[in-house]
Amino acid sequence: MTSVKLKLKENDVKKIQEICKSFNNEPGELINVLHKTQEYFGYLPAEVQEEVAEGLGISVAKVYGVVTFYSFFTMLPKGRYPISVCTGTACYVRGAEKVLDEFKRILKVAVGETTPDGKYSITCLRCVGACGLAPVVMVGDKTYGRVTTDGVKDILKEYENE
Amino acid sequence: MAKFKTHMLVCGGTGCRASASDVLYENLKKEVKEKGLENDVQVVTTGCFGFCEQGPIVKMIPDNTFYVGVQPKDAADIVAEHALKGRKVDRLLYKDPVKKEHVPDSKHMGFYKKQIRIALRNCGLIDPENVNEYLAADGYEALGKVLLEMTPEEAIQIVIDSGLRGRGGGGFPTGVKWKIAQGVKGAQKYVVCNADEGDPGAFMDRSILEGDPHTVLEAMAINGYCIGATKGLIYIRAEYPLAIHRLKVAIAQAREYGLLGEDILGSGYNFDIELRYGAGAFVCGEETALIHSMEGHRGEPTFKPPFPAESGYLGMPTNVNNVETYANIPVIFNKGAKWFASIGTEKSKGTKVFALAGKINNVGLIEVPMGITLREVIFEIGGGIKGGKKFKAVQTGGPSGGCLTEKHLDTPIDYDNLIASGSMMGSGGMIVMDEDDCMVSVAKFYLDFTVEESCGKCSPCRIGNKRLYEILEKITKGHGAMDDLDKLRNLSNVIKDTSLCGLGQTSPNPVLSTLDNFYDEYLAHITEGKCFASQCKDLIKYEIIPENCVGCTACARNCPVNCISGERKQIHLIDQSLCIKCGACMEKCKFNAVTII
Ligand SMILES: Cc1cc2nc3c(=O)[nH]c(=O)nc-3n(C[C@H](O)[C@H](O)[C@H](O)COP(=O)(O)O)c2cc1C
Ligand code: SF4
Ligand code: SF4
Ligand code: FES
Repeated sequence: MTSVKLKLKENDVKKIQEICKSFNNEPGELINVLHKTQEYFGYLPAEVQEEVAEGLGISVAKVYGVVTFYSFFTMLPKGRYPISVCTGTACYVRGAEKVLDEFKRILKVAVGETTPDGKYSITCLRCVGACGLAPVVMVGDKTYGRVTTDGVKDILKEYENE
Repeated sequence: MAKFKTHMLVCGGTGCRASASDVLYENLKKEVKEKGLENDVQVVTTGCFGFCEQGPIVKMIPDNTFYVGVQPKDAADIVAEHALKGRKVDRLLYKDPVKKEHVPDSKHMGFYKKQIRIALRNCGLIDPENVNEYLAADGYEALGKVLLEMTPEEAIQIVIDSGLRGRGGGGFPTGVKWKIAQGVKGAQKYVVCNADEGDPGAFMDRSILEGDPHTVLEAMAINGYCIGATKGLIYIRAEYPLAIHRLKVAIAQAREYGLLGEDILGSGYNFDIELRYGAGAFVCGEETALIHSMEGHRGEPTFKPPFPAESGYLGMPTNVNNVETYANIPVIFNKGAKWFASIGTEKSKGTKVFALAGKINNVGLIEVPMGITLREVIFEIGGGIKGGKKFKAVQTGGPSGGCLTEKHLDTPIDYDNLIASGSMMGSGGMIVMDEDDCMVSVAKFYLDFTVEESCGKCSPCRIGNKRLYEILEKITKGHGAMDDLDKLRNLSNVIKDTSLCGLGQTSPNPVLSTLDNFYDEYLAHITEGKCFASQCKDLIKYEIIPENCVGCTACARNCPVNCISGERKQIHLIDQSLCIKCGACMEKCKFNAVTII
């Protein structure tokens, strides 16, 4: 997995230490700590993982092992408008693959990548529980249902001038 | 609920929310206030009604009027017409697809006629964020009865007698599981609710948690009392923010009312519940992996025995049950084991919740008695196949299950029949497919999922599934050979026999069941280079039929890669070397001039 180099500011280090402390620096709380840390930073670069390991008194390898095991954790920053295409079964049979292809084609990035300007990123997720609206796409917290390949352009248009 | 004349129930499930049902709720409240009806009309946000296909849904009580596809701007009409004048808003009523008539209320909808709601009894009826509404619906009555009037043994016997089996996939008898956990000694025992729901395309557990969170808390407390545990944990996916929110609210309210915490209902019994979050790994639904994940480790399964009942969370005796299993428990105590056992088939009692999705008219959440046939579910409740297409297969059991076909439509659904038919109950995902779905691609889709989700601990699953995927990919690209079919079968059997956990032991099922039921499709891909469903991009070509083309330019204007040439009123031509096979031209052509060959 590639990673982004990042120099942590003093404030950031303090924040990580606070998060660890709020879970009593308990190694068993690693996953909860990572959830909170990712909420704050948006992603979990190597430098952040090193701080977490320090805070919980465990090895960096252990933290890295957990971060890379769970798909919810990411070591790459997402775009300002993270696009998630549902590829759950219900969405798949109603054409999610074509929709995903269209996003990839227009934005010229692959799944898991961010556009060079940092605006959009594309990820896949499995079932957001709105299967009645399949295929479903989320941009940030906003849900779009019954998306067609034609509709992809219209969705992106909404964010064009932002 | 007595004091208001009318209740407007607005679905606040994830699906309807995605279609702005929260704005609709606010608008309804505003309209009610403006018309001065606050004392007569109550607007309530509820959990899912199940009829997700045509959401957002508003249901009126007491007359059961069922409004579908309600937009925020419709609030004014509903209040002005229905609430004030007692006239139904016809244009918002559900329309029967066959009779083409408006259906006045939910009781007359085909979707609800054959359903029996036990686990979902409160979903869509009560406000999930208000414990008083749960209490008014007999909530926590079962817990009171168990704590104050029964010994753990007596309570466990009731669960055994009910015949309830685990709804998380395995179908293990719940009462027996509790009895085993009760019999094990430990300094601290744990009760765990498995709310990981990893099957993509299934949303039963989330709907229960969103619509009726207290029922799970109540059942966990009963479970705790029966096995002698004082701590409960709910392992829930982080991808379910609304369910997490509602659980947090429910736990706080239950504590405040003395229904969780110390000395519950004056019985001297202590029990409390905490949440633990998953982080997106399907294998964490497997109970040993789930326990490792709760302990902060990578969610890798371990060999059983020891079972969680002997050595679970932090090495202590632990009882794991699924959300839907729990949702049945309070009713069993309220209505009796005999009543529960009277529903269903000989070996599968009660009901099962299914998330009906795919190429079906009524996508949604349904609860049906065990023993109902697939035909009834798909054609009566589900309203048949979308767009009048031909039914091809229904996939049950998610990535662990198989595809059932026409010949299975009249088989009564229960744990054992589904396994005998080459699929399984699984957690309750039911994906319907039509003639446009390529079954080799479907098998490949599931294998892609498995390859991504295999934890990698054991080689048959880690390597074997990848090889299965590669062979399937080769076939869908038109490079398959006949001996690939034997390889698929042999490898599948090896993976099933030698994998460590349930993921690997079931992952080849989608391959085996499609091989059994759709052998001719595999053959066509290999020997003729043909995909019946025209889904495999490498096996199809879009072409323009010169005789039909009128030169309207619709196709050329919509081709995303501009690979169609031709002047207005001239015959158009597709440049095959550039075509990405998106199908836009075919969709846009009004003259049937684009065809797939
Ligand atoms: C790969 C795999 C995934 C599973 N996923 C789930 C799940 O998402 N939810 C669930 O309740 N059980 C799941 N199970 C079954 C659990 O291991 C366990 O049997 C179940 O939670 C027990 O509860 P029950 O007896 O009430 O069904 C899964 C099993 C396997 C092998
Ligand atoms: S069968 Fe697959 S998921 Fe299960 S332990 Fe082995 S590698 Fe992990
Ligand atoms: S299938 Fe798509 S890419 Fe190919 S010609 Fe038609 S519109 Fe263009
Ligand atoms: S499969 Fe996409 S929302 Fe359920």
